[in-house]
Amino acid sequence: MNKRAGTFSRGLLNTPYVVWSLIFILVPLFFVVYYSFFDLEGGGFTLEYIKVFFSDPMYIKAFGISLLYSVIATAISLVIAYPFAYFLSRKKPSSQSIQMVLIMLPMWMNMLVRTYSWANILELNGILNKFFSLFGAEPVMMLGTGGAVILGMVYNYLPYMILPIYTGMSKIEQPLLEAAEDLGCNGFQKLRRVIMPLSLSGVVSGIIMVFVPSISTFYISQKMSGGKVVLIGDIIETQIKEYWADGGLNRGAAMSLVLMVIILFCTFVMNRFTDEDEGGLLV
Amino acid sequence: MVKEKNIIELHNITVSFDGETVLDDLDLSIRDGEFVTFLGASGCGKTTTLRVIAGFISPDHGDVFFDGVRINDLPPHKRQVNTIFQRYALFPHLNVFDNVAFGLKVAGMKKEQIKEKVEEMLELVNMKAFAQRKIHNLSGGQQQRVAIARALVNNPRVLLLDEPLAALDYKLRKDMQNELKRIQRQTGITFIFVTHDQEEALSMSDTVVVMNEGKIQQIGSPTKIYNEPENAFVADFIGESNIIDGVMLDDFKVRLDGRAFKCLDKGFAVNEPVDVVIRPEDVDIVPLEKGQLTGEVSSITFKGDYYEMIVDVCGFKWMVQATDEQFVGTKVGLVVEPDAIHIMKKSKYSGMFGDYSTFSTEMDEMEEEARLEEERLEEEAQEEQGNE
Repeated sequence: MNKRAGTFSRGLLNTPYVVWSLIFILVPLFFVVYYSFFDLEGGGFTLEYIKVFFSDPMYIKAFGISLLYSVIATAISLVIAYPFAYFLSRKKPSSQSIQMVLIMLPMWMNMLVRTYSWANILELNGILNKFFSLFGAEPVMMLGTGGAVILGMVYNYLPYMILPIYTGMSKIEQPLLEAAEDLGCNGFQKLRRVIMPLSLSGVVSGIIMVFVPSISTFYISQKMSGGKVVLIGDIIETQIKEYWADGGLNRGAAMSLVLMVIILFCTFVMNRFTDEDEGGLLV
Repeated sequence: MVKEKNIIELHNITVSFDGETVLDDLDLSIRDGEFVTFLGASGCGKTTTLRVIAGFISPDHGDVFFDGVRINDLPPHKRQVNTIFQRYALFPHLNVFDNVAFGLKVAGMKKEQIKEKVEEMLELVNMKAFAQRKIHNLSGGQQQRVAIARALVNNPRVLLLDEPLAALDYKLRKDMQNELKRIQRQTGITFIFVTHDQEEALSMSDTVVVMNEGKIQQIGSPTKIYNEPENAFVADFIGESNIIDGVMLDDFKVRLDGRAFKCLDKGFAVNEPVDVVIRPEDVDIVPLEKGQLTGEVSSITFKGDYYEMIVDVCGFKWMVQATDEQFVGTKVGLVVEPDAIHIMKKSKYSGMFGDYSTFSTEMDEMEEEARLEEERLEEEAQEEQGNE
């Protein structure tokens, strides 16, 4: 009796979550798949839209650039976040939480606002160029370059890299590091034999959490490049917004689907590194 | 096994954290092949001393010598010592074999040789069957053995053990004590063992170093520490002790509780005030009229093989251990033989220990704290009433 009551109330508590995922995850997902393969006019099943992704050089180029930029942005984020997270995790708890708040603070502001601010800073008569001109330098157009887009990605998504790595790092107890030293490890050996394997799962989460939004972003590229850099996300957006009735919705859906499959595959491969039984893979 | 040569020497070691002195001008020599135990309550500086030897803490003042060479600036990974950490600190991402092999791999030893040495070491600690196990699938006792193997396989000159048995249950702890002792004899490696458990210290060590407040209180063999404690702190910390104010009347003659007793101690000034230590098992209970001292039994506890009694002698509570049962309220006589009396010079610990109104100083402090807290709450309540 008791047990059944328990199951029932647990089921009840679950309901909002189930309804939520149904309406906002499964149904949209279904439509994405549906529009990838079926005409808006009810023209029946077709692979036409999927093919577009692989045949139009413009799309392939956009995808290539998206991949390149997001890999670079992820790599830069990792290089910044990893040592940062390590040293942060070794500080005393009070200063750890203060610095964590400082990292999270920008995220309390809307991403659009933050990206706009960067655009302002990088402009021809922005703060940065004004600062350089104090030393007699000619103003440089930094906005509208690939570098600006990557900067936007790194700036916006860096916290998502720091957070999981930091969580992983803070689980490495100090005695483990001392044990490594005690057993003859110099600084580098300690990093390679203990810190890296024990923080690997945090690194994998961080990479996924930076790479996925970077490869699919369209807003950052628009604001930071003024339309000069076209990412796959931009194309999907344009297709759906501008060519809605003209098969754009179908093409947008198909591209999203292909992107999604690629990301899922990448995630799957990354996660292989942290499988319990393969923990020793990198050691 | 114990050689004459000192393997480790600490000279004038001072360590402080955030302005608080943890080790205070500490001097200590440890001989090669010795089993030394640092004994003391938490915060006495025993673990800090160990960490200074391991190289995890560099002292503010003083020098650390290893084999006659000053090693203050030598980082931990270059010292010929290995540590068994309090919670073992085994690597969770490696199995038993790879944990033990860790130090050898770092040292760049050949694979076949590593395999041979690791297996030999796992044999020594009886863990050969578990070589491929993950660490989190091991019991506390098994983890302990892996930790021992991981340290010993590197063939250290000195093994540092930081309360390694604290997490084990009572019986297993006894077994591991014997096992550690056996391994120490077998390998001849110098063991420096840290514990707060006086029984552990007495039963395992060649030499016990009793520490308190960052200072060494006494160094000596277990029997010496027990039978001839240097001050009231040591007497109280090692075993149970009645510590009574006395006056040395002459050589071999001491007065306590208004009566002269014969004793075996000499070399004190005439009429010098002293602390007198009498162990509870050395006090005999006799009929009232035959006693050198008389008192009233104020409590009695059955301890299995003996009764533990608190006897009130003119307001001072003596602890007495005897095999005959007495009853609360009975007036009894006490007899103390000359060889049961140990005389200590007065120290700053005089008067702090050795009266059995309560067993621990913590209990006294807790009671005092509780009383103050109650007062504070009362005051607050009154203030609140005033505000209303």
